[in-house]
Amino acid sequence: MSEAATGAQTPMEQHPAADPVVVPRRRPWRWVGMAVVALLAVMALHGLVTNPAFGWYTVFRYLFTRPILAGLGMTLLLTAIAMAGGILIGTVLAVLRDTDSRLLAGASLAYTWFFRTVPVLVQLLFWFNFGALYKHIALGIPFGPALFTLDTNSLVSPLSAAVFGLMLSQGAYTGEIIRSGINGVESGQARAARALGMTRAQVFRVIVFPQALRIIIPALGNEVISMVKNTSMVSVLALSDLLYSAQLIYSRNYQTIPLLIVATIWYLVVVTLLTLLQGRLEKRFGRGVQKR
Amino acid sequence: MTATPMLRIENVSKSYGGHQVLRSVSLDVDAGTVTCIIGPSGAGKSTLIQCVNHLERVDSGLLRVDGRLMGYREKGGRLYELSDREIARQRSEIGMVFQHFHLFPHLTVRENITTGPTLVRRVDRATAAARADELLDRVGLAGHGDRYPAQLSGGQQQRVAIARTLAMDPKLVLFDEPTSALDPELVGEVLTVMKDLALSGMTMVVVTHELGFAREVADRVVFMADGAVVEEGTTSEVFDRPRHERTRAFLGRVLRT
Repeated sequence: MSEAATGAQTPMEQHPAADPVVVPRRRPWRWVGMAVVALLAVMALHGLVTNPAFGWYTVFRYLFTRPILAGLGMTLLLTAIAMAGGILIGTVLAVLRDTDSRLLAGASLAYTWFFRTVPVLVQLLFWFNFGALYKHIALGIPFGPALFTLDTNSLVSPLSAAVFGLMLSQGAYTGEIIRSGINGVESGQARAARALGMTRAQVFRVIVFPQALRIIIPALGNEVISMVKNTSMVSVLALSDLLYSAQLIYSRNYQTIPLLIVATIWYLVVVTLLTLLQGRLEKRFGRGVQKR
Repeated sequence: MTATPMLRIENVSKSYGGHQVLRSVSLDVDAGTVTCIIGPSGAGKSTLIQCVNHLERVDSGLLRVDGRLMGYREKGGRLYELSDREIARQRSEIGMVFQHFHLFPHLTVRENITTGPTLVRRVDRATAAARADELLDRVGLAGHGDRYPAQLSGGQQQRVAIARTLAMDPKLVLFDEPTSALDPELVGEVLTVMKDLALSGMTMVVVTHELGFAREVADRVVFMADGAVVEEGTTSEVFDRPRHERTRAFLGRVLRT
């Protein structure tokens, strides 16, 4: 090595020798934990394979049968309609809640209070029996003549009762989620947008709501996943959703566990897909935020 | 010299709760001039300029921009508040730059600048984008159009905010403490852009603590305290020969540091 090079290194000599070997801290308990988890996993897998009561043959025989797939379709349909309606109701509730009118804000609050309080199961049964409360439903001028009248029982089907029950209570929850999302957008955003000359509607649509979605989507994704499973409550109305379809089959062939597994597999598939979708949406509406 | 002033503030008062923030403030700003409003915090400076574009509603008094009453229509001795759409149109002619920038974080820098023209003025996208790039060049940020606000420094963000407001071709630009939220080393780049804008003949009202900037660029300086205009005059009148004790005390405190 040349004289000059050695000279250049002089300040380094105050430090410990170059490239010391880094020894990570030992974590013995982590190894113990890993061993326990691995053991439990193997035991569970062993049970799944060796216990004949799981009836895997029956599971695969029924997994793609018509009644199960029709039930799955009903579950997805109910989820979609109830969530779409719930989001619509929720948006209206959120907007009303933050108006200057005490009556409108109070109405929104009362709705939220009522529909979050009454169990969904009670609501499903209530709407199904709505005919006992009002025999006819008429469309007309309030307190005036009716334009046309319908028999309530012709309007209330298990499907419409299920949709109403799920949608109305979902609206109450969604309203709170949307409201917290909107309030989570810093107020200067709306000010800046209004200063540019945007109308209130434009400010909401272009500036506030897209930013609120970033806060709303994770919570709303949770609600969609909840809804997929809450729809199983409609079995009390004898509506053939995924779970009720499985129940109908095992009530005839007594293969209870295999058919519950069939339903479980489909719930797993649907929720997994929804989770992936949620991740993509979060990324889409998080634009401009994570990048630093 | 009887031309209508670009901005005329007549006896404007406003209270929040029981606290009066503006006490019968009157002020004229001529077209093509720069007016700096200085004074201690809590003097009502920011509230005053937020009243100009009706972001804050006044309790009494009138504001006229380019001769037109802001926010109201006068008819038969009564004032009728304008619709949301009409007020929005009035605001679109008045630029505003905020202390905390308030860029839209979910939009790129270019989209921040084009969203006003495309949405409010119905300018087509390509024209608006070309204009945005021109304005970015003007504020020294050429090539930053595709970035997001969070990727920029505070000084850069404030310059984008200035470009955003200029994209609307305003008659008047209001600056609400534009450099107060910036790190000291970033203040200069924003002030440079503002000086260029002043030289181009833009009518500007600037609430600021940057007395050096006020002295150099302002045509008129307004000193406010406790919600009222204490003293108003040319730069040299207010800075070199202040008539009021409060002005002298404020300038003495600020200039000493």
